[in-house]
Amino acid sequence: MTHLTAIIKRELASYFVGPMAVVFITVFIVALGLLTFTIGGWFEAEQANLEVFFSFHPWVYLFFLPALSMRLWAEERRNGSIELLLTLPIHLSTIVVGKFLAAWAMAGIALALTGPIWVSVNYLGTPDNGVILASYLGSFLMAGGYLALGSVLSALTRNQIIAFILTVAVSFILTISGVPMVLDTLRLIVPDMVIEGIASISFLVHFRAITAGVIDGRDLVFFTSLIAVCLTLTAIIVDLKKAEGA
Amino acid sequence: MRSRVISNLSHARRHHVPGLSLPFSLASPARAINLCPMIEISKLRKTFGAFIAVDDLSFRVERGEVLGFLGPNGAGKSTTMKMLTGFLRPDAGQVRIGDFDIITHQRAAQKLIGYLPEGAPAWPEMSPRGFLNFIADIRQLKGSEKTYAFDRAVAMTELHAVLDQPIETLSKGYRRRVGLAQAVLHDPPVLVMDEPTDGLDPNQKYGVRQAISEMAAEKAIIISTHILEEVDAICSRAIVIDHGRMVGSGTPAQLAGQSIYAGAVSITVPSALRESVARELENWADVARVDVVDRDSEVSITIFPADADADLLQRIKAQSSWQMRSIALEQGRLDDVFRRLTRRAS
Repeated sequence: MTHLTAIIKRELASYFVGPMAVVFITVFIVALGLLTFTIGGWFEAEQANLEVFFSFHPWVYLFFLPALSMRLWAEERRNGSIELLLTLPIHLSTIVVGKFLAAWAMAGIALALTGPIWVSVNYLGTPDNGVILASYLGSFLMAGGYLALGSVLSALTRNQIIAFILTVAVSFILTISGVPMVLDTLRLIVPDMVIEGIASISFLVHFRAITAGVIDGRDLVFFTSLIAVCLTLTAIIVDLKKAEGA
Repeated sequence: MRSRVISNLSHARRHHVPGLSLPFSLASPARAINLCPMIEISKLRKTFGAFIAVDDLSFRVERGEVLGFLGPNGAGKSTTMKMLTGFLRPDAGQVRIGDFDIITHQRAAQKLIGYLPEGAPAWPEMSPRGFLNFIADIRQLKGSEKTYAFDRAVAMTELHAVLDQPIETLSKGYRRRVGLAQAVLHDPPVLVMDEPTDGLDPNQKYGVRQAISEMAAEKAIIISTHILEEVDAICSRAIVIDHGRMVGSGTPAQLAGQSIYAGAVSITVPSALRESVARELENWADVARVDVVDRDSEVSITIFPADADADLLQRIKAQSSWQMRSIALEQGRLDDVFRRLTRRAS
């Protein structure tokens, strides 16, 4: 077994000890479903697509994914196991990537379990399944972005709650910065160039482009490079801060 | 030459026969390896801001040695261990594990080390079985080798009863033993243990010391402790550090010999004779000092010689009128030496 798979296996197993994983997945699916059927008015709209469903993903991720990422590093530092982990003959990068992939896999499992809504929409009408597939992939990629962000912020503190709040806050800024109303308000006070800059780092803007069915390389590059940068930062921060309070 | 010998050894490890009590025969490679230190630390230094945690520390540990690492809390023991296992990067100095520098060949060096960090950290939600399986995967033990390593470590630390309980529900003693099992799992040539018996009851302490002594012949072992009886019980050599600096080193007997008690004679006499014996002793030219401690019906008297050559023992033995109930020549006391060496400058 390679080091990477050993790390992923251990992390995943720790999610599934106790009710944590089941509760997380259940609440995630129920929350998404409720939003889609009530506020989103999916039935009433009588449209054979999942646009409404996907439009809620960033907002649900905003609160759910920090709950997964908060423990990635804060927990290791709090209970001292970071010293054990970093004195085993493994590359730090392997640990950083392994932990991230395990959290991402959890998000993937939760996302995959929303599959019935895809089946329903095909039963009720004839949706563009290409767009839906692209949206699922985009959603998964975006989840990776939120989790990578959470990984960095979890490395900054020994306290999971602080990691959670920090991650929600930063994720919120990076999400809301793509809401048209917010951008329009900002347009009154700052030049257009800045607006474009703000919009270009918004998860919402890139995700919306993907769910519109337009797979643009730039949107994929945005999420993948965000993940890469965040994981690199995680490794640097873990290395810098490992000694503190240890 | 060195690396060839070490690779021979790790090769030998693959041929374990499950069920054998000794992990491998050490016939010739062991003797060859005895010539070179498994752990070599030179001029190690670490500061945290203005605080100097470790200062110009150098020592070596060879295969077959158990080095006791002594010092008051905050003396720099744990910091040194964190540096020699590759967790912390020293500000200056070198650490070599076998043939590898811990900084330039970190993972190669870490493969040779089994480490029990301070407080025996583990993942609380895991069971000892899951935990040890994970460590085995990371240590790349497979198949029968993995089974053998697992069984050996579990037997050594007597974990059978709790293998499937979450670690967070275990007592402090069991948690420490889980940490020990993890450290010895891959049968490493170098063992670094930060307070291995902390939190154990006397029986468990005895068991762990027994296990360390059994492994001692084929490994280079460092244990940190502030339990002085432990040094006597298992260490072949000890160093005392304070404020990050080495303030003493030697075999436990040599260290104890530095004690003011070394060479002193302790006797117990009936309380009735307290005054006469004490007064007579004070008149002896070769007696420097006399300590008298009252007990129930007797007093114990410690007589310190004026110079090391004085043969007080024979002379005292000859005093039949003192009705001595016991008489002993003191070998020195480690706690006294420890206190003297690490007394904080005021």
